[in-house]
Amino acid sequence: MAVGHRTESGTSTRRAHAGGLGAAVGLTDEQLIEMYRMVALARAVDERMWVLNRAGRIPFVISGQGHEGAQVAITWALKKDHDWVAPFYRSIATAMTFGMSARDILTAQYATANDPSSGGRQMPGHYGHAEHNLLSVSSPVATQILHAVGIALAAKIRKTGQVAMTFMGEGSSNQGDVHEGLNFAAIHKLPFVLVIENNGYAISVPVSKELALPDVADRASGYGIPGVVVDGADVLGCYQASKEAVARARAGDGPTLIEAKVTRLTGHSSDDQQTKYRPAEELEAERTRDPLPKFREQLAAAGVLDDELIARIDAENKAVVDDATDYAEKEPDPDPANALMHVFAEGVEGEF
Amino acid sequence: MPTKTFIEAIREGIREEMQRDDSVIVLGEDVGKKGGVFLATDGLFEEFGEERVIDTPLSESQIVGTSIGAAVNGLRPVAEIQFADFIFPAFNQLLSEAARMRYRSNNTFGVPMTVRAPYGGGVHGALYHSQSVEAFFTHIPGLKVVIPSTPYDAKGLLRSAIRNDDPVLFFEHKKMYRSVRGEVPAGEYTVPLARAQVTRPGTQLTVVAYGLMAHYALEAADHAGEDGLSVEVVDLRTLRPLDKETVLESVRKTGKCLIVYEDNRFGGYGAEIAAIIAEEAFDYLDGPVTRIAGPDVPGVPYNHVLEDWFMVNPEKILDGIRQLAAY
Repeated sequence: MAVGHRTESGTSTRRAHAGGLGAAVGLTDEQLIEMYRMVALARAVDERMWVLNRAGRIPFVISGQGHEGAQVAITWALKKDHDWVAPFYRSIATAMTFGMSARDILTAQYATANDPSSGGRQMPGHYGHAEHNLLSVSSPVATQILHAVGIALAAKIRKTGQVAMTFMGEGSSNQGDVHEGLNFAAIHKLPFVLVIENNGYAISVPVSKELALPDVADRASGYGIPGVVVDGADVLGCYQASKEAVARARAGDGPTLIEAKVTRLTGHSSDDQQTKYRPAEELEAERTRDPLPKFREQLAAAGVLDDELIARIDAENKAVVDDATDYAEKEPDPDPANALMHVFAEGVEGEF
Repeated sequence: MPTKTFIEAIREGIREEMQRDDSVIVLGEDVGKKGGVFLATDGLFEEFGEERVIDTPLSESQIVGTSIGAAVNGLRPVAEIQFADFIFPAFNQLLSEAARMRYRSNNTFGVPMTVRAPYGGGVHGALYHSQSVEAFFTHIPGLKVVIPSTPYDAKGLLRSAIRNDDPVLFFEHKKMYRSVRGEVPAGEYTVPLARAQVTRPGTQLTVVAYGLMAHYALEAADHAGEDGLSVEVVDLRTLRPLDKETVLESVRKTGKCLIVYEDNRFGGYGAEIAAIIAEEAFDYLDGPVTRIAGPDVPGVPYNHVLEDWFMVNPEKILDGIRQLAAY
């Protein structure tokens, strides 16, 4: 199955040219453009969420701004609708790269009855989509690593050829489940990839108070597996690292830990004011690590993008986000009459 | 009909489900070549191989968490927690993940997983090999909790648990593994979840119990019968979802109810049974709903005198029956 990334509003007409920027990592210019479109779309969706929150339309936002380049590139290496992803709460770009639409993301913000993640039951940020093998996620952090490892175990036993990938922050990486999951996955050489999106903060706690090592990836050696550090603003570098990890997993050679150094451009959530614990100079400097302009400039310098195409993608993305917002605004709330449903497969507990 | 021990029935139930369905796997500590510390999985490693009978590291959260993932991706894991006392590292995976997966995903993901664990005292297991843990889990919507008392029920309920599309906790009283023997038919049968059973009919007083206490309740009821008291015993078998109607029907008939459980008394599972009877059968009661349960100390002490002091036994239940009958 091809990587095959659906676009929200048709595919670009620009043709690939041989020997371009993507050749080194096996991507055509057309794929690079679609990758850029996805990074920009995830950002546009994310920015709309904040606007809606500040306008009082939605109660809560948890953001992926600054993480999108790494998320799109790393997820891009998986086979969509075949492999598995266990995401975390910043995985907007991952979820979209893996098949969720802007409407799917916006209905989660509005918690509508038809929100495919949870039917309005979970807070926004808890994305999941059964049709795309994107597993439902909870709020206690890092629990999902064990689910991804179990998915990989089933893939190995059932010989499905699937790879399971999970994502989390460096804060989550300190949970015991991470140790238990990596240990088990490494013992059984499971087709599994752990992606740490290290943005330097666990809410307000800086990485110096989270880790005694500079890199989470250093821990991989304790499990006898490769640990790779990549610059999260280097989209193609992230893709290359993921491609290698996925190939290794699929070949039966076991798990890889990828640590992408990203930046968190927003507060932890809409209820957090990060200027309280991050100096203004640091926040200003972090803007230079934003993957979106970096990727755009890189593609423009290589002749893959030009101003006209950038403007067109921006306009198309805006139309997609407007459509998703209008759609989600109109979708009904869940009916409390159904709130007892789906505790068990049989339906309501008292009925059997 | 052939008779089998409790543990033999459990082992046979797992084996036959593994023969019937390739998606059933077993995982846990020492479940492979050793066949489990109580030998519940003895012989399965040889029959089904290391891919389907997996010895895990000592990491209970991983045992349950990977079972959840494997269940999501097409398997039916039967996880063993070596002692129920050691299930708590996996509590978060059971409470926050397994129990909520279907509800939080609006029925788009489910977790067809069975977690077996030996529980209970009276075997010189002290604080950390004797605990009754059911109340922690019966409190959680989204988990099914089964505690069988006979080999027949153990095998039939275990088969139902493995075939069930939701997480089932299957607690086995370890004192019963070899001390309880009963008839188990050769052919395939299942016992449905969420159905209690009246194991002894009576008219004057109801005793509600489960697991080892269901046996002790029967013994006590027989002794009470020698005194001319007609005691009915209800064996719950599945604690959640609860078969409320069988309990209420019995209490409406007898007018008196004694609830027996081995766990600490305060906030134990029997408290919920008492509340349900108070709410839904109050008009039928001729006496207070009472309980015989373990004392409120943090665990079963080791010394045999202290352990005997802790454990509920047929004599204590008989005392409870006599007191309630005299009310």
